[in-house]
Amino acid sequence: MLGLKFSDFALFMLVVLCVALAPILLNPFPASSELAQFNAGYPDLLQRFVIFGVFAVGFNILFGLTGYLSFGHAAFLGIGSYAAIWMMKLLTMNVIPAIILSVIVAGVFSLLVGYISLRRSGIYFSILTLAFAEMSYALAYSVLTPITGGETGLQPKLSDPRILDAELSAGESPAANLFGIGMRDSYIVNFGDWVFTFNAGYYIAGLFLLVAFYLSIRIFRSPFGTMLRAVKSNQNRMSYTGLNTKPYTLAAFVISGMYAGLAGGLLVAMDSQVGPERMFWTASGEVVLMTILGGAGTLIGPVLGAGAIKYMENILSKINETVLKGWFEFLPDAASEWVVLFLNMFTGKSWHLTLGLIFMLVVIFLPGGLVEGGQRIARLFGIGKKRNQTVESDSAASK
Amino acid sequence: MEAIILQILDGLNKGSAYALIALGLTLIFGTLGVVNFAHGALFMIGAFCAVTISRVLSISQIVLDETRTDFLGKPLQVKVPYVDQWFGPEMGQLIVDWSVPISLLVTIPIMIIIGITMERGLIKHFYKRPHADQILVTFGLAIVLGEVIKYFYGANPVPTPAPSAFVGSLDVGVLIGLDPFTVVYPYWRLIYFGFAAIIITAVFAFLQFTTFGMVVRAGMQDRETVGLLGINIDRKFTIMFAIAACVAGVAGAMYAPINAPNYNMGMDFLVLSFVVVVVGGMGSLGGAVLSGFLLGILQSLASMTEVIDIAPGINQVIIYLVAIIVLLTRPRGLMGRRGVMED
Repeated sequence: MLGLKFSDFALFMLVVLCVALAPILLNPFPASSELAQFNAGYPDLLQRFVIFGVFAVGFNILFGLTGYLSFGHAAFLGIGSYAAIWMMKLLTMNVIPAIILSVIVAGVFSLLVGYISLRRSGIYFSILTLAFAEMSYALAYSVLTPITGGETGLQPKLSDPRILDAELSAGESPAANLFGIGMRDSYIVNFGDWVFTFNAGYYIAGLFLLVAFYLSIRIFRSPFGTMLRAVKSNQNRMSYTGLNTKPYTLAAFVISGMYAGLAGGLLVAMDSQVGPERMFWTASGEVVLMTILGGAGTLIGPVLGAGAIKYMENILSKINETVLKGWFEFLPDAASEWVVLFLNMFTGKSWHLTLGLIFMLVVIFLPGGLVEGGQRIARLFGIGKKRNQTVESDSAASK
Repeated sequence: MEAIILQILDGLNKGSAYALIALGLTLIFGTLGVVNFAHGALFMIGAFCAVTISRVLSISQIVLDETRTDFLGKPLQVKVPYVDQWFGPEMGQLIVDWSVPISLLVTIPIMIIIGITMERGLIKHFYKRPHADQILVTFGLAIVLGEVIKYFYGANPVPTPAPSAFVGSLDVGVLIGLDPFTVVYPYWRLIYFGFAAIIITAVFAFLQFTTFGMVVRAGMQDRETVGLLGINIDRKFTIMFAIAACVAGVAGAMYAPINAPNYNMGMDFLVLSFVVVVVGGMGSLGGAVLSGFLLGILQSLASMTEVIDIAPGINQVIIYLVAIIVLLTRPRGLMGRRGVMED
């Protein structure tokens, strides 16, 4: 089906279902309840889930398959964003040309960076990519200000030419759209106490995620993907057999750069703004965290990792001291004070602490990331089932 | 001319911090073969040791001063640090004033404890894992340490003063026969440079002239053979890790007056220090120090207005540019050892 094996097709369909139903699945709590703050079904966050999913899926094609750890992938995301915003300023607010250009520009740039960086491997490769990304960041901040807008970044303005778009009427602001469907348009359903928001921008980005995910499955299962895994397991042996590995690794690098560019273009399509901090090395670090957390080298891992990190960023950081105090009111005063003080270390503004701890635990105990964790749990339950069956049969026999 | 001298001084100062961190990184990499992304966090912890000590030393008791009155005519409330009461006002003032140098006495044992705990508790389990895993776990640790510091000290930089004796600037130009007031440089930065030179010399002397150092150097060359000779090389390497942590810690503590420390400073320095280590050559101590100073000076020279006029933005990218060129032309870095991570 779609050129996939059954198990891959089932996984793909599962992702399709999740993407389609995410606004419902991630809003399990009624709006009036205490737990509503754990709801993640609002458009902004959903868009981020899928966009960073695209980014991480692309990063995984490089890191998961070839083992080359790039610490500069945010540069491609940033460059894609700048390309997209210029398309919006000059041509049209329609997102299609913006996204196409962002992918192309990021691809060309990653070809350049990859051609140079891939001459080395291991930590040297990491440092080279980091150097390129930091250079892009520094230049976007300083010298390239006429193109990048420097610290303030770029937004579409009323005065931009936008040669394809009709003249805006007075009081109208330029809004990103897809042939008239605004990215911010939402269809809100009230179902009893529950509120579900179906956002157009999210579904468009989700469509891109599905395409990206499908392509990544095809790459993983192709001879090309096998070749990349061979590079990871033993590059020397590949060279000894007379094979030049560079075209393969470079292709993987460019593909993942284009994914990053696509993510950058989508980000701009959703929020119509860009700043150089998108290229800072912490942003590169974030995609590494996502991929590892989810499970590098697995298909679904990066998407899970991106979702987990963005969920923590948005939900955990909302839990501040007052919220905590509300939760632990039932405890005696002194005890609740200590509990709040302790938990406050892990939530609110310092949610990064939780992220760092979880990340360390994953690297130490679960090198395969959340996916491996899921498999282990599944195995546990598998054993549990068997035991239950034997117990049942035993009891049946005794009867 | 004066401008160039000033920039070189500035470069030496920046280079001292890079060199000290890079030295520690290389010590760890050369001995344990571990790429430690948490080294910048150790630098940051050192700086916050200085902050803590200067805060602890100035903990004050509110005392009523009968000789003076406030605007309501009541006796004035004066804050008197406890050290004033214990050692007398003069000595007390001196101790509060010199809190940053004094903090070194506390920083060293703290860093040794942290270093040993880190190595035994975490890094030990990562010797056999791939470099990518080591990078990732120490990267996670760096995030955790940074956040813990942020929780206790807040996200804003905490200014920490140098001893008032060193607050001013020295007219370096006069010393080397130039006109007065052409090359003026702050005392504390000069002291930092001297301090870095002493630490670097001490580490090299320790490795070169002591039996312990000899064993460690032998272990860096061939760990297995040294182990077969009946030497507990693991313990020696643990101590080296503690020393490296210590170097980063004191570098951070002394750096506190130059740049008000915040929880992120470690990461900022780490990225640059890694470039420094790679340019110098992984595993080469001399290379790390040399490229630290070299890149510091280059960065300073590149930020001169004359240079920026010719090549705008060069000051921002010079280090990375140099790194790219060095890595592509000299695969082992400037002074890299043969056989250490060459590919």
